[in-house]
Amino acid sequence: MAPMISFRKVNKWFGSNHVLKDVTFDVVEGEVVVICGPSGSGKSTLIRCINRLEPIGNGELVVDGISVNDRKADINRLRQEIGIVFQSFNLFPHMTALENITLAPLKVRKMSKEEAEATGLRLLARVGMPEKANAYPAHLSGGQQQRVAIARALAMHPKIMLFDEPTSALDPEMIKEVLDAMKDLVKDGMTMVVVTHEMGFAREVSHRITFMDNGIIVEENTPAEFFANPRSERTKQFLSKILKH
Amino acid sequence: MPPDYVGKVVIDNLPLLLEGFWITIWLSILSSLISLVLGTVIGVARIVPFRPLRSFGTVYVEFFRNTPLLIQLFFFYHGLPRAGITFSAFESALWSLAIYHAAYVAEAVRAGIQSIHRGQMEAARSLGFSYLATMRYIILPQAFAIVIPPLGNLFIALLKNTSLASTIAVAELLYQGEVLDSRTFRTFEIFTAVGILYLCLTLPLGGFVNLVERRLARAGRGA
Repeated sequence: MAPMISFRKVNKWFGSNHVLKDVTFDVVEGEVVVICGPSGSGKSTLIRCINRLEPIGNGELVVDGISVNDRKADINRLRQEIGIVFQSFNLFPHMTALENITLAPLKVRKMSKEEAEATGLRLLARVGMPEKANAYPAHLSGGQQQRVAIARALAMHPKIMLFDEPTSALDPEMIKEVLDAMKDLVKDGMTMVVVTHEMGFAREVSHRITFMDNGIIVEENTPAEFFANPRSERTKQFLSKILKH
Repeated sequence: MPPDYVGKVVIDNLPLLLEGFWITIWLSILSSLISLVLGTVIGVARIVPFRPLRSFGTVYVEFFRNTPLLIQLFFFYHGLPRAGITFSAFESALWSLAIYHAAYVAEAVRAGIQSIHRGQMEAARSLGFSYLATMRYIILPQAFAIVIPPLGNLFIALLKNTSLASTIAVAELLYQGEVLDSRTFRTFEIFTAVGILYLCLTLPLGGFVNLVERRLARAGRGA
């Protein structure tokens, strides 16, 4: 089976800063991959390349059979198949929770209003906040905003979901509600790439953990092996720091 | 004969002044609408990721903002006919006012757009919206809420600037005042009345802008 996401010797620079170095990395359908690593290691950049929020420098990146940086690629079409959840939620502040969720199905997928709203309400119920349909983002907590953001991405029925540090901006007691919504997706067999420092989530539900440092994929391993027998010194160092607390 | 009380000349000639008053209102409304649409397009053009359009927007803004409106007005009315393009006095005033103020609208809209967090653009593009659809549904609605105060001030300035149209004999408020003045020589009373009629438009407009601004603040739809 061809992988859903395939990086082949991908390089990227920000000016003279070499942020992705010969990255080769695959995600197959239904797989849940966690990417971790110190800040500045390139993990957010890597995930943002998948839907071309960042263009790659060279190499090859194929997602859902489409060469992402090909000039002829219909990027708007591809992006409909790739949901993304950001650290800072990025809900549309001038719209209610339900409007945030239904906007793209209505305007991009040309879904009927009834269908879009039914889907939206179902997704709000799924992320545990059916009563907040008419609330504006400013009146929601961070955890609630992030769950609306997850519902907004799901409303497009994406084949892939990307999470870019989805819990890093949240108070500790709100992290669980967002992780629970994500675990619910894992159960559904969603293909997921998750940049996170939540090692509990990684250990419990991911199929594979990728450790990045300084633009290089240092180690890829199953969760059990990753925590029990990390192969590289750099991984051991990172884990000793992050698992202490 | 009844005594000639102060202001009698204004009361007697009020219909003429009101004729001008209505033309001032019409000229203001029409040129405001055109400048709003044109200015929004130019404002967006100034930031699109396509250099020729950006350059066009910059040239437009710098050119029309940095030449006097009066000259633009004369250019439309006296200049263009030499090139075989003829506008009526009203049309000349309408288009020069619209084009001139569109440059200011563009700057306000550009500033408004640039104040919207880039995460909004990223979130919308990630859902599959095109650049222009993102502008329309996500960025511009938020940007307009921010630029209502500067736009309000701009339209007040536009309303006052319509008085320049008197120089090309558009029969608006100031022009009618001048006609009356030359007929009666009651300069003080007539121009006082003309000034008050301008205030009757600008003060409510300013109040309306403040009201909208407070409403938006109270809606509390911050990010």
